[in-house]
Amino acid sequence: MSESIEKYLEAIYAFNEKGETAKNADLAERLKVSPPSVTQMTRKLAEEGLVTYEPYRGVTLTGSGTARAQKVVRKHRLLERFLHDTLGLDKGKVHDEACRLEHNLSDEAAAALCSSLNNPASCPDDGRPIPPCTLDHEDCGQCKMLREGAEPRLLTQLSNLKPGEEATVAFVRGGRAACQRIVDMGLCPGTRVRVVNAAPFHGSIEVSVRDTVLALGRRLAAQVYVELEDKETPAFQPHGPRHTVG
Amino acid sequence: MRRLHALSSCHVEEGSRAVIRKASGKTITIALAGNANVGKSVIFNQLTGLHQHVGNWPGKTVKRAEGTLVHGGCTIDVVDLPGIYSLSTFSLEERVSREYIAVEHPDVLIDVVDASSLERNLFFTIQLLELEPHLIVALNQMDMAEKKGVRIDVERLSAILGVPVVPTVASRNVGIDELVDEVISYVEKETPTPSPPPYGQEIEARIGAIADAVRRLEIPYPARWAAIKLIEGDEEVEGIIYSQAQHLRELVEGKKREMESLHGHDPASVVASERYAAASRIAAEVSAHEAPRPSIWGKIEELTDHPIAGYVIMLLVILGMFYSIFTFGDYSSTLLGRLFDSLKAVYFGGLGGGQVASFVWGGLIEGLIAGTTIALPYIIPFFVVLSLLEDSGYLARVAFLMDSAMHRIGLHGKGFIPLMLGFGCNVPACLGCSIMETERERLICAFVASLIPCAARSIVIMGLVATYLGFGWAVALYIIDFALIFALGRIAFKVAPGEPVGLIMEMPSYKRPSLKLTAQRTWFRLKGFVYEAFPIMVVGNLIIRVADMVGLLNLFQGWLSPVTVSWLGLPAATGIVLIFGVLRKELTLILLASIIGTTNFALILSPAQMFVFAFVVMIYVPCLATIAVLTREFGVKKAAVISLTEIALAVVLGGVLYRVLLLMGLA
Repeated sequence: MSESIEKYLEAIYAFNEKGETAKNADLAERLKVSPPSVTQMTRKLAEEGLVTYEPYRGVTLTGSGTARAQKVVRKHRLLERFLHDTLGLDKGKVHDEACRLEHNLSDEAAAALCSSLNNPASCPDDGRPIPPCTLDHEDCGQCKMLREGAEPRLLTQLSNLKPGEEATVAFVRGGRAACQRIVDMGLCPGTRVRVVNAAPFHGSIEVSVRDTVLALGRRLAAQVYVELEDKETPAFQPHGPRHTVG
Repeated sequence: MRRLHALSSCHVEEGSRAVIRKASGKTITIALAGNANVGKSVIFNQLTGLHQHVGNWPGKTVKRAEGTLVHGGCTIDVVDLPGIYSLSTFSLEERVSREYIAVEHPDVLIDVVDASSLERNLFFTIQLLELEPHLIVALNQMDMAEKKGVRIDVERLSAILGVPVVPTVASRNVGIDELVDEVISYVEKETPTPSPPPYGQEIEARIGAIADAVRRLEIPYPARWAAIKLIEGDEEVEGIIYSQAQHLRELVEGKKREMESLHGHDPASVVASERYAAASRIAAEVSAHEAPRPSIWGKIEELTDHPIAGYVIMLLVILGMFYSIFTFGDYSSTLLGRLFDSLKAVYFGGLGGGQVASFVWGGLIEGLIAGTTIALPYIIPFFVVLSLLEDSGYLARVAFLMDSAMHRIGLHGKGFIPLMLGFGCNVPACLGCSIMETERERLICAFVASLIPCAARSIVIMGLVATYLGFGWAVALYIIDFALIFALGRIAFKVAPGEPVGLIMEMPSYKRPSLKLTAQRTWFRLKGFVYEAFPIMVVGNLIIRVADMVGLLNLFQGWLSPVTVSWLGLPAATGIVLIFGVLRKELTLILLASIIGTTNFALILSPAQMFVFAFVVMIYVPCLATIAVLTREFGVKKAAVISLTEIALAVVLGGVLYRVLLLMGLA
C-alpha cells in the first residue's frame, strides 16, 4: 500500500474515531492538498472498497479500510510514545516525526516497540487510544514468540466492519465467560461472518454466521478479531494481484 | 452406574405404532433440552397441556416447568429445561441443565433441534451426547426448514448421531404422538447409550489421557465429558476434580499447553471449533439446500431492523402495546372496583358494620381486592402481549435496537423490555427480568425497574404536583427520577458481583405466534403470580391493619416524625400515609385526603412539601406486590437490600431536595 493511501486512511480514521465522517475540505486541510485531489483519491479508495462516500456527508472507512488504517495509526502512536517517553522529544514535535517514520516500520518492529514501551494505551500528544495489538496472545509475555515469523495479516475487530462486509474470525480476546459465550454462539476461529446490519448510535450489530443471524453488542463485537482478505499480501492471492495501487 | 427403568408394562408394537394400553403405575421421566427459539416450550405444552406447573429450581432464580402426561398406560413426567446454547457455566440456566442431566439422569432426554438452523443446534446436540444421556432428537420446525429451502435426510441424521430422530412441527401438533411412542419404545428396548462423534485425533488422544485418570475418581459426570470440561477450563468441574486429585492439575495443564502450541488458539476455542466442525460436517451431510421460497417475513425483518424505520416501528409497537394494556387495564380495573364496591355494600348490609365484620373486610378481603383490581387487569393483558412479542420474534429486534441506549445505564438491549413495562406496573417488570441471561443482569435490571415511575406513582405525581404546582414541576420530578435511575444503574453495574456480559443472542426469524400457546402461557404465568404474590399482599395488608387497630401505627408515626417532620419537612400525618403507601402507592393520596378530610391538598401541604412528598412516594420503597415478586425472584435478602436502599435514598435525597427547594424560594 502506498504511503499516500496510508496517509489518507490515517486522516479519515482520525475523524471517524471521534464519530464524525471525514469531509472533503477537512481532509484537504489536514493533508495539505487541494480539494480536487482529495475527491480523486476518495473515489479511488471507494473503488478499492476501503471507504464509503456519501455526497455532502463525507467519507467513512469500511472494515477493510479501518483494518489498514489501524495498522498505520498504531505504528504512528507507538512511535509518538517512543519519541516522547524514551527519547524525550517535545510533545509538539512527535507528530510530524512519527508521520515520517511510520510508513517504514515493519509489523514486527512495531510489536517489539509496543512490548518495550509496556503496551501503552494512548498517544502522548492528544491522548487518543492506540489501536489494539492484533497478535493472538493471552498476555504480553507471548509477544516475542508470536511476533517473530508472524505472517502479515490484516485484522480488525468485528465491530469495525460495515453492513455487507465479510471476514473470518481470527481469535477472541477478553474475559473467560464472555469469550466462551462468543465461541459457543458459533464465532470460533476460522468461521466466516458477514455483518448484516448495524444499529445507529454505536449500537449492536447483526452478523450472519452459520446460517443464522446473531445480534451482538458493540463491546462484545470489539472482542472478536476478524481477518480480512488482504489483496496485496501474496499469501492471500491465489490468482495473482487484482489491483495495482500506486 | 446409569439406571434405566424397566418398563415391562408398556409395550410398543413395532411397525404399527399402536400402543397397547396396560395401565400400570410405571413412571418415566423425560426432559426437554435445546436452544432458545426452537419450539421447545411448544412441544412441552403440546405434551402436557394443562397438567403442568412452573416453579423455580431449588435455590435458583431459574424457572422449572414440569408436567405430566399419560400415554400407553405409562405416566410420563416431563421437565422443560431452559433454552440454552452450551453446557458451560456461563449462565445459571446452563449450570442447572447440566446438573440435572448428569445427576438426575432422566430416562429419556429429548433434544429439540431447529431443523432450519441445523448446524448451530447440532453443536448443542454434540454437547448433550457427551453427557451420555438416553437421547432422542426431535427435529422441530420442519416447516420453517422447508421454507428456507432446506431438506433433511432424517434417517441419515439418526444413523450418524446413533440416536432416534423424530421430525416434528410442534406448532401444528405434527409428530408429537410419534415422539412419545419413540420415548416409550426407547425405554423398552434399553437402547445402549450412543457415543458422541469423535474430534480430531490429536485432541481425542489428549481427552483420552485425561479421561483415563478421571475415571478412577468418584464424580457424578461421565469421565470423557469431565476431561473435555477440564480442557475448556470449566471452573466448577475443576473444583470437583482437583479437590479429589490435586495431582491431575499438572497433567491437564500439560495437555492444554500441548493443544495450544499445536493449534495456536486457547484450548477452549479449539474444543468449540472442533465441535462446530463436527456439527457443520453432519449438517452438510444430511441436508440439501434449494432456493428458499420468497416470504413476506424477510421483508418485514429488513424493515424492523432498519436504522430509521426500525425505531419508528418500535415506537409504534410500544405505544400500541401501552395503549392496549392501559385501555384494557383501566376499563376492567374500574369495572372490578365497582363490582367490589357493590359487594362491599352487600357485605356490610348483610353483616352490619360490626368490629369483626370490618376487620375481616379490611384485614383479609381488601388485600385480595387490591391484588385483583390493581394488579390483574394490567398483568393479564401484559402477559398476553409479552407472549405474542416473544413468540413472533419481535422482542429480539427491540433488544437489538435499544442495546446502545441501555448500555448507558449498565444494562444491555434485552433489559429495555422490563424497564418499559415498569411504567405500567413494576410487578410485571420485575417478572420480565428473567429474560436476562445471568443472575447479575437480572438483579441490576430488577433494581432499576423498581425505580421506574409506574402508573400508581404517576397518579400521585399528576394528582398532586401537576395539579397544584403545574405540569413543569411534574416533568421535573420525572427527570430527577430518570437521572437517579441512570446514576444508580451505573453504580449497580459497578458493585453487582460477576463479570458483565454484553448482548449476544440469536435473532429468530419472524413467525406467527400460536394462540393456544399464548393462552396456555398466560394462564401459567398468571397462576404463578397469584400463588406467589397474593399471599404476601394479603398478609402485608393484615399486618398493617392489625397494627393500626392496636395503635401501633400512631406509635410509629411518633417514631417517624424526626424523619418525616424534622428532616423531610412534611406534616406528621404523612407518616401513616407513607406506611400505608407500601400496600399501594396511589393509596397515599387517597389516604391523605381522608385524614385531612378534604381533597384540597393545598390546605395542609406547601408547594415544596408537595414536591418532596411526591418524590418520597416515588422512590421510598417498592410497593408490596413488587417486594413480593422481588422476594420470589431473588430471595428475601436481595429484596430487602433493594427495599432498604430505596428507603435510604428517598429519605436522604428527599431532605436534601426540601432544603434546595426552600433555597430556590419555593415555600
